[in-house]
Amino acid sequence: MNYIASDLKVVGTRPVRPDGVEKVTGRAQFGADMRMAGMLWGKVLRSPHAHAKIVSIDASKAEKLPGVKAVVTSKDFPHIANEEAFVGEGPMNFRDLSRNCLAWDKALYEGHAIAAVAASTQAIADAAVELIDVKYEVLPYVIDVEDAMKDGAPILHDDLFTGGVEPKPTKPSNIAKVLTFKKGDAEAGFKDADVVVEGRYTTQPVHQAYIEPHACLCSYNADGQVTVYSSSQGHFMVRAYCAKLLGIEISDIRAVPLEIGGGFGGKTLVYLEPVAIALSKKAGRPVKMQMTREEVFRASGPTSGAVIEMKFGAKKDGTIVAARQVLKYQAGGFPGSPVGPGCMCGLAMYDIPNVEVIGYDVVSNRPKVAAYRAPGAPISSFAVESAMDELARKLNMDPIALREQNGARNGTKTHYGPTHQNIGFLATLEAAKNHPHYKSPLKPGQGRGIACGFWFNIGGETSAGCHVAEDGSVTATSGNPDIGGSRAAIGMMVAEVLGLPAEQVRTMIPDTSSIGFSFLTGGSRTTFSIGMAVTQAAERVVEDLKQRAAQIWEIPADAVEWRDGKAYPAGSNAGAFEPLDLAALALKAGRTGGPIGAEVSLNAQGAGPGFGAHICDVEVDKETGAVKILRYTAVQDVGKAIHPSYVEGQIQGGAAQGIGWALNEEYIYDAKGKMDNAGFLDYRVPVASDVPMIEAVLVEVPNPRHPFGARGVGEVPIVPPMAAIANAIRSATGLRMPDLPMSPPKLRAALDAAPKTSPG
Amino acid sequence: MSKHHVSAVINGEPTEFLCETQQTLLDVLRDEIGLTGSKEGCASGDCGACSVIVDGRLICSCLMLGCEADGTSITTIEGIAQGDHLHPVQQKFLEHAALQCGFCTPGLIVASKALLDENPNPTEEEARYWLAGNLCRCTGYDKVIRAVMDAAAVMRGEKAA
Repeated sequence: MNYIASDLKVVGTRPVRPDGVEKVTGRAQFGADMRMAGMLWGKVLRSPHAHAKIVSIDASKAEKLPGVKAVVTSKDFPHIANEEAFVGEGPMNFRDLSRNCLAWDKALYEGHAIAAVAASTQAIADAAVELIDVKYEVLPYVIDVEDAMKDGAPILHDDLFTGGVEPKPTKPSNIAKVLTFKKGDAEAGFKDADVVVEGRYTTQPVHQAYIEPHACLCSYNADGQVTVYSSSQGHFMVRAYCAKLLGIEISDIRAVPLEIGGGFGGKTLVYLEPVAIALSKKAGRPVKMQMTREEVFRASGPTSGAVIEMKFGAKKDGTIVAARQVLKYQAGGFPGSPVGPGCMCGLAMYDIPNVEVIGYDVVSNRPKVAAYRAPGAPISSFAVESAMDELARKLNMDPIALREQNGARNGTKTHYGPTHQNIGFLATLEAAKNHPHYKSPLKPGQGRGIACGFWFNIGGETSAGCHVAEDGSVTATSGNPDIGGSRAAIGMMVAEVLGLPAEQVRTMIPDTSSIGFSFLTGGSRTTFSIGMAVTQAAERVVEDLKQRAAQIWEIPADAVEWRDGKAYPAGSNAGAFEPLDLAALALKAGRTGGPIGAEVSLNAQGAGPGFGAHICDVEVDKETGAVKILRYTAVQDVGKAIHPSYVEGQIQGGAAQGIGWALNEEYIYDAKGKMDNAGFLDYRVPVASDVPMIEAVLVEVPNPRHPFGARGVGEVPIVPPMAAIANAIRSATGLRMPDLPMSPPKLRAALDAAPKTSPG
Repeated sequence: MSKHHVSAVINGEPTEFLCETQQTLLDVLRDEIGLTGSKEGCASGDCGACSVIVDGRLICSCLMLGCEADGTSITTIEGIAQGDHLHPVQQKFLEHAALQCGFCTPGLIVASKALLDENPNPTEEEARYWLAGNLCRCTGYDKVIRAVMDAAAVMRGEKAA
């Protein structure tokens, strides 16, 4: 059933989330909070070198230290074929993942895991890793993406040959892949253009910087059964990846989802779990592992830094006739940067007849990148939206008007294939244009920028359930970890279908043995996909309840209707019966067919893409180069907001992460290829005093493929901020800042170098 | 080396524990006493997820040694609510949806309580600077600040809970 046009009582309201109290009282159990009897502590030894051959590993001294129970290296992992598997959202090379968990014959970045120890205390484990004697042959290293692409650059993988080019190369390269997308004839388009803008933009790697470091507790039992407690974006992912990496059958692993203290994409793969299982198997005891913050920075995440060349051609009237984009993305030590989505997303918002996009996936001696909120899109859009601003200036057009004129609408064919349907980009731009923020006056020295963002959103394989307990109370179940309040939205959709208040539905996340498979929490899929499955489950329960009422009343099932949580006879012809509520029906369940409940597994289709437009006002301190965000408004097409507060929260949080990406965050390397700022003091994420209130404006263009019209909302909001802020700085100072982060020293240098002209 | 014997009042309960010299108060709370509501996000005093109140002063428990706690009175997130009666800050965090993942929430709530104990009528700017030591990566702080300001109004009696 579709409820988009229905009079909704629960969906769209703002109840307290079902897991709220345990989270505000400190009782919620996160990754590092679990303990087991006989538990050991694991610790990883990490490479001090950016690039080195591992000549030998001698753990004999560590093994002799009292309290040490096991040491593992990659030799304790089975060999895995070098091939790409498709895991829901994208490709995954399990050989590389295995070698990222424990280095094979080479350390590919500083912080790369070399060996691991399990010991009876943390202090002994810490001491033991220092006793492992590793002989390295230090190799030349390369950090920068364009340096890594040069002839003669140190090669990370002797068996890596550039894919996507003909003829197949015979020499190994750090360029893992070249992607090309073409629509029309870009060259001809540029010849036809009256106005051309060109620019070269760079971004630095930034970390997801979830506040909870990776942590797990794993137990390998003597019968080969494994239990994994960990915080991740998908316990089914943890189960599958551990099984694959260790050669264990999937059903021999039970993965229990603990609360996850933030992920933003960075917990969509495994680092510690396979190592902890291997240690547990060897030691015969459960093993707990947790990363330090420094390890999180040096060895997990981040997303790519990149170099992007951008060119637009337009007619005098503002019609964009050609676009060309070249994207070079750092992948870290193993192939797999998000350059693919980068190639697609930046220009997905515009209807341009002639487009050429070329993307390079490039390895260098940095940690293997992990997904980060709309992977690839913010980087690409920083270039597209900055150049769009320059184009608007050159054409003397309002930047929103330029985007409206060229914006994608229903029926626009993208340069990567699909045709947009049921999108809300123009409605989003309209809402931005009409927002009081956009019309408010600026004071001297202040500047305003706008920028837009796109993300596909996904659906995929999903399981959810709805169960009525013996007393008539209701539980909803979801196969996806709740990373930002999805339990609330899931329970609300069930409550709406059952005709109950939201507070009467508890939403739980069962372990992998207690619910059907669900693809991980990513791609902004959870509320959309679980919502679809759980709505169907609740509808099946309603049908079942009607059937049972009919049985009790001895009337046909179609003579029963369900409303406000009760079965009623449908009209006077059906008979005069007192309504039966859930408690009454549950009481008689044993005599009407047994337990009441349904679980639905489906492959959710029709996730509508999302669009955002952000407006930002800034002021630049000319002495320090510091940028102050004065006002921030984020407009987004959200389909239908199931729980508007959590939708706003996604938008506000994404915008704040984007503000950090724009102004402060970056990986800084020293002269030996080691990260210089692996801590929250020097890797500066925004704090409360750095940001203003962020106004989230929800534009609701319902997604017709979802029962309540929902779209994914979590990823779009991190796409526009970098360019919105760059454009605001341009407006405030006259300076185009093409390199992220636009940190005080960089801006100060640009101000000093600039000819003294008035902004405009 | 022998362990230190430490006596402290934790959340109103006289408590004794043994700890090694290098163990932080956070280690002791989490690993020795089992109060895992205080979180470790950095172990360097930068994220505030381990915030506790010691003798009326807001601190990062990762920056204090367990043995320094001898003779002190400590409030952790587990001691903020009175039985099943939530503190106004906790209640307002729920009403304003001021948490997403919830990992930084214990630290933010302890820090917010400490703010309102000291300054019952903070401006938004004062609240933002006070909470600048508590990192939250999910919310962008908007709803956190609204929750704190709203809780302050309730505690001043200007608003019903």
